[in-house]
Amino acid sequence: MVKSCEDGGHVWKGIAYRLTSSCSTLIWMSVSSRKNVDDFTGPRERSDLGFITFDLSADLKPIFDWNVKQLFLYLSAEYATKSNALNQVVLWDKIVLRGESTKLNLRDMKSKYFFFDDGNGLRANKNITLTLSWNVVPNAGILPLVMGAGRMSVPFPESYETTKSY
Amino acid sequence: MEYAHIECLGGKIARPVSRSDTSTKYFECRRDFRLNVPGRFVCMFLFSNVYPYLYYQVLNFGMIVSSALMIWKGLMVVTGSESPIVVVLSGSMEPAFHRGDLLFLTNRVEDPIRVGEIVVFRIEGREIPIVHRVLKIHEKENGDIKFLTKGDNNAVDDRGLYKQGQHWLEKKDVVGRARGFVPYIGIVTILMNDYPKFKYAVLFLLGLFVLVHRE
Repeated sequence: MVKSCEDGGHVWKGIAYRLTSSCSTLIWMSVSSRKNVDDFTGPRERSDLGFITFDLSADLKPIFDWNVKQLFLYLSAEYATKSNALNQVVLWDKIVLRGESTKLNLRDMKSKYFFFDDGNGLRANKNITLTLSWNVVPNAGILPLVMGAGRMSVPFPESYETTKSY
Repeated sequence: MEYAHIECLGGKIARPVSRSDTSTKYFECRRDFRLNVPGRFVCMFLFSNVYPYLYYQVLNFGMIVSSALMIWKGLMVVTGSESPIVVVLSGSMEPAFHRGDLLFLTNRVEDPIRVGEIVVFRIEGREIPIVHRVLKIHEKENGDIKFLTKGDNNAVDDRGLYKQGQHWLEKKDVVGRARGFVPYIGIVTILMNDYPKFKYAVLFLLGLFVLVHRE
């Protein structure tokens, strides 16, 4: 079993946030036999399922102005595989309402949504780019989608983890 | 008593008119119009002093209706969407959008579908468009894209909503991407749908307003 642990942190201009990804492991499973995957009537082939845990700290105060009702934050993973030139998967999201605390300090977060690939493209994939983006929902007006300035690149290991516990 | 014929312009003879004042004799010249149908409409428009008010109101109403139609069609072309403005019908995107909020959509081909975007899509065989957020995309080199959606307020993704056997949405299912929004205003459409009497009342009042309104 190979585990690859990445430890990196950057501070970007504008919105300062630190993104660290630790210990991404890869599990190989047959989708049709999984019972605790609710409502997932995915295709019957075996697909790669990736697991990423991350730390995230951010200060969102600069984004909030008089017309911002809420922020929809999401962490997305972007990568390319042999079968698909572009894949994007949302791993985690959060709604931050106006008035709530604008400082985020999250440790050891697991992804909210299953990181399934459409096929087997995660194995040995050297470049999974994690980006924090947000959708600004105004009181009234334009709905912009902003991508955070920094990205983090994470590789997946060459072989699958065969343990069954998550 | 004899009197000379009084001629009107155009050669006709003036007709005597009886008035209460018997010391003076009155005559009148009348011009008989017998125009063809288009001529009559032109005449009505140019010289009529009997029906201008009603005519203007009808014309006004017609102009309002055609302007509204032109604006709607223009919006459809500019945004590229068959439905440039939609009303949010469910609470699946709360707290961002509530029932009755108005969304402005675009559906330009050059805009690629990316995660996090709010898309309005239709499931094959169903009329009602759904407003949810893109959760996953898998795009091939040639541009073919398949994606998965989920409502912010829903615990699970939309696979349960799609057609039997359908696991992904495609570009053809998309009505548009939400680019702007205005709260509350669309509640009128929802009320009109749910309470037909309200709809008739609104239409009646509108018609009344157009007819009664003075320029």
